[in-house]
Amino acid sequence: MFERLRRPWSDRRAELVLGAAACLLAVAIAAMIVFIVRGAWPTFQHEGLSWLGSGGNPDAQLGAMENTTSHPPASAFLIHAWPLIYGTVLSAGLAVVLGLAISVATAIFIVEFAPSPVRRVMSPIIRLLAAVPSVLYGLVGILVLVPFTANHIVTQGEKKSVAYVVQLSGGGLAVAVVLLTLMITPIMTALIADALQSVPRPWREGAIALGLNPLRATLAVSVRAIRPAIIAAAGLAAARAVGEAIVISMVSGGVSFSPNPADGTIFWFEPFQSLASEIVRSAEAINAPALHSTLYAFAALLLFSSFVLSLAAYLVKLPLRRYQVSD
Amino acid sequence: MASANPLAAPQLSPSRRRRRGRRAPVRSWRARDQALFVIAWTAGAGLCVCAAALVIFFAVQGIQYLHPDLLVTRPSVAATQAMSGGILDPILGTVLLAAIGLLIAAPLGVVSAIWVVEYGRPRWLSRIVESAVEIIAGTPDIVLAIFGLALFELGVFSPFSLAEPGGAFGRSFLNAGIIVSAVALPSVYTATRNGLIATPRQLRESSYALGKTRIATIRRVVLPAVRRDVATGATLGLGRIIGDTAIVVLLLGATLRNQPASNTPFIGLLRGTGSTLTSYVFNNSPAGDGNAPDKAYAAAAVLLLLVVLLNWGVGRIGRIGGPLIHEPSRRLGA
Repeated sequence: MFERLRRPWSDRRAELVLGAAACLLAVAIAAMIVFIVRGAWPTFQHEGLSWLGSGGNPDAQLGAMENTTSHPPASAFLIHAWPLIYGTVLSAGLAVVLGLAISVATAIFIVEFAPSPVRRVMSPIIRLLAAVPSVLYGLVGILVLVPFTANHIVTQGEKKSVAYVVQLSGGGLAVAVVLLTLMITPIMTALIADALQSVPRPWREGAIALGLNPLRATLAVSVRAIRPAIIAAAGLAAARAVGEAIVISMVSGGVSFSPNPADGTIFWFEPFQSLASEIVRSAEAINAPALHSTLYAFAALLLFSSFVLSLAAYLVKLPLRRYQVSD
Repeated sequence: MASANPLAAPQLSPSRRRRRGRRAPVRSWRARDQALFVIAWTAGAGLCVCAAALVIFFAVQGIQYLHPDLLVTRPSVAATQAMSGGILDPILGTVLLAAIGLLIAAPLGVVSAIWVVEYGRPRWLSRIVESAVEIIAGTPDIVLAIFGLALFELGVFSPFSLAEPGGAFGRSFLNAGIIVSAVALPSVYTATRNGLIATPRQLRESSYALGKTRIATIRRVVLPAVRRDVATGATLGLGRIIGDTAIVVLLLGATLRNQPASNTPFIGLLRGTGSTLTSYVFNNSPAGDGNAPDKAYAAAAVLLLLVVLLNWGVGRIGRIGGPLIHEPSRRLGA
């Protein structure tokens, strides 16, 4: 039997075997979608789409679910996850906006202005920053940034002024956004720098010949040409920020509060939870049926949004192929 | 209107001409442009400073808290940090998980890339495979972990972990390794695919001209040509496996010690729960149950050292070795 396998393969058989292995990936994706939707089904069945709305405290609602036994009544599935969704969108959105500004500036610096020794150092540094495990960012956050914020940035008066609603422990929006930005900036910078580099040299040189200074030429020609690539990079970074579970669960303050921009400075120090960090926090009790299906509903929402973001990034980049500016 | 006369240029004094050089001095720019220029420099320098600060911070913490004996002692439950043992089990766990993950991701990624680039028919099917890889790359690791929990709780998978009434326990090295391979797969796939695309067509054609079949060409000619791309992708994937936390916390059980499921030497370990450096750091930070920051710093220093070494390896792979047919990870258009 092994003798037959050892003989040189015919092309036909090789194609079938390789193709089967490749199709395994597609099957795995299909299985993932099926399993997650199946797990989330009871929540959608009992709550419809109203679980996406606001009302009540998700912490308390999830806490009540931990005690459900098998075959829970429909009322056990009560969840209003809006504070979690809001926290996810808020933290990821702020991080992407901040990261976009930094990474465009850095990419321009690397491609156009950095002296060549600096440029040679930059690319390994960006690669390293992109490869640092997220839990290390979380550790720096929880052991350095959170205590620093609590002791030196948030004043006692600010803590007291909201003490009857929420405790300002230092962990919250500001620390989470800083760390998320640090996590996604390297990826965005790499993508944007790649795109900048692939802008045909003569385009920019033409602009300089017409009298623009190099910076203006970069902004007016190169950056304008790669706008789709920038948006695509932002989409991919947003997908990563939305799905980041560990860092948020470490530094977000651990309470699913909705930070309110109307609160002024305190807004930045208010705790929140995201969908992904809530899954990590509640995962220990996942065998309780109602909680099980709720967490799968969160995962389904995360899967859906990361899929939409990736798809949007892909679609936005399509026109670039025409100019062959980027891949 | 003689100012547009190009002949006016040579009238500039020699010193001024030299100063103009290839690009005009930044000082002559408008104030807003100068500010933007400074911002670009600051952003670039800031990122470098962040990276340096991170590495130096963990290096200092590592020197402070990482005693050599920690590396060879097993962790233990204790009330104080001094008694809670070392990080031997997490290190072994990281190595084991990375090995399982890479053993699955590398062949699967390479084979799929070969099929998509070299065969790729029917066209719609190869499109589906390509998008599947993109979806895997975009899926948050926490969602993959949740999927793994649902999948491996099925009774069919009870050989992979402990059997339980009505299904399986679902948490083991094998299960976590299978799911964590999805984290490394896109890197391997993309690197291999780009390498295959960049391999010159003539290489294959000369092999066909010698009478080789397609699969023989792939094995003897194309694969050796892209081995460096495969190595780069695998190393990148390895780094991503080592850095993953969510899958380990949910699917490996993140127990303090590696707990074999049975007494069978290796199989028991594969079926048992355990921890890796990432889950050890997470659990020993104030966010976890352990709350032993010194130990968390020690493990984090080891983890960062591993990542830096892997990163350095990725850079080296492109430069060492035999003759190159093409530059790795340089694309000639998709």
